[in-house]
Amino acid sequence: MATILALDTSTQACSVALNIDGVVLEDFRMAPRLHNDLILPMVDQILHQAGLTLSNLDAIAFGRGPGSFTGLRISAGVVQGLAFGSDLPVIPVSTLAALSLEGFQKTGQSDWLAALDARMGEIYLGGYRISKVDGQYDVTLLIDECVAKPAALSSFSSQFNGVGSGWCYADILSALLPDSPAHVLTDLSPRAACIAELALLHYQKGEVVSSYDAIPTYLRDEITWEKQAPRIGKR
Amino acid sequence: MKVLGLETSCDETGIAIYDTENGLLAHKIYSQIAQHAEYGGVVPELASRDHVRKTLPLIDEVLQEAGMKKSELDAIAYTSGPGLVGALMAGATIGRSLAYALGIPALGVHHMEGHLLAPMLEESQPEMPFIALLVSGGHTQLVRVDGIGEYRLLGQSLDDAAGEAFDKAAKMIGLPYPGGPHIAALAKQGNPESGLKFPRPMTDRPGLDFSFSGLKTAFLTAVHEALDEARCDEQFKADAALAFETAVVDTLVIKCRRALEMEGLKQLIIAGGVSANQRLREQLESQLKKINASVFYARPEFCTDNGAMIAYAGAQRLVNGQSSELALSIRARWPLSELPPLKES
Repeated sequence: MATILALDTSTQACSVALNIDGVVLEDFRMAPRLHNDLILPMVDQILHQAGLTLSNLDAIAFGRGPGSFTGLRISAGVVQGLAFGSDLPVIPVSTLAALSLEGFQKTGQSDWLAALDARMGEIYLGGYRISKVDGQYDVTLLIDECVAKPAALSSFSSQFNGVGSGWCYADILSALLPDSPAHVLTDLSPRAACIAELALLHYQKGEVVSSYDAIPTYLRDEITWEKQAPRIGKR
Repeated sequence: MKVLGLETSCDETGIAIYDTENGLLAHKIYSQIAQHAEYGGVVPELASRDHVRKTLPLIDEVLQEAGMKKSELDAIAYTSGPGLVGALMAGATIGRSLAYALGIPALGVHHMEGHLLAPMLEESQPEMPFIALLVSGGHTQLVRVDGIGEYRLLGQSLDDAAGEAFDKAAKMIGLPYPGGPHIAALAKQGNPESGLKFPRPMTDRPGLDFSFSGLKTAFLTAVHEALDEARCDEQFKADAALAFETAVVDTLVIKCRRALEMEGLKQLIIAGGVSANQRLREQLESQLKKINASVFYARPEFCTDNGAMIAYAGAQRLVNGQSSELALSIRARWPLSELPPLKES
């Protein structure tokens, strides 16, 4: 088993968790725009509460995205500093997988189309199957993560439940499924407890990276910023 | 005290280690300029993404250059404002959490205090009190410095910063970002007798404020006239670059001299990206000699954004027991005058 610290600041929620040999401890707060104030004190507090220091950890995990760019970088930056300073490996975890796990925990349903509002009329989307056998989770990626306009998506051949803020487009997304989804959990946000659960699976498979590679997965990478060659006589 | 300094407020990742006993031990700068040049200016999102990739590898390089282990660091200083919030956040999150992991104090440093104190990294240093001209792409300020944290703003730009004016003028004649060095290079081919002359804004009225917006418009008008008359050739551009550079430099020199006279001081330091301008340095030296005053500046790589100035400025406060809490306070805007004075222990 292992002891893993997990952070998530990918949405308006700010959360930290400890996974101590499968027992998960979490501090979850809705804190729009306060992540930078809260995140390190929350890390300090949860370690203190568990009677641990960074030297007792085996790895540090974070919600690597998709999500708010600034939010993702807050976790990535904090994790880089913590992991580099204490010589620990890092486990980047998908926020969409974390949402799917939360959907599973709430309903027992396995297949989830997790979606986060990406603004500009787009959503971040990914499909996951969650199962639990003998107390051990298993996660399978069913639909590759992407950023897309909901109306531009093609139909899905299998059935899913819906989770995440991206289901504000529930009408459009439901119409792409064979049947209307049994569960649509729009209010759930990625949370560190789920990141910590998934991190343990990655850790057991040896899926860790160095502190250098604690980098967000933005999904929206194509350059939307207009290139401007200087033009003579123009401001 | 060995202080690691991180600067990530704009488009430069600067990392350094300053030792209060042995001076600067190592420093590295990674510049994103080439990446932003394609866009005609800094794209904040791209800058932030790059800082998150480059900061940690640079910290490792700097530790190696200094021949140090990270456990030998005594404190960490990072720029916490003013600047681009996303960019500042990269250095602040990494710097503060690294200090937490190492169990050492950390301090958020004011970017302009870093620039202001950068000349103190050189052998020839001024003694306080002195006047500082902070002149960059984001600032044009005259400040009276009586001690660390004892700053009085004497005047500042009411619109564009001098560096911003250079960038915009450069763009108008098809030169790439950042404009200052390109204008200066082109100005070398300019003819001082071309007859082109731009205003020296706000020099004919009392006070120490600046304004570069009108000068920019005058420049654009001249470019348009040349275009209309089909004489906007390379020589015209060089002449215009020279006339523009001279106008900015003259304006800065007049106000610096005035500030020294008004405050009765004999020492000026210049800092910030534009302080690397050769004409500005030459003009200040010759003009200030006339009033028996002298000018101090940092080596060129410490005029633009760098980690050494942040490590140095941070060290001055950290050795006096100042430090920042775990909550990361980032300030996009942060008047220099709000900094606390350094209490001598």
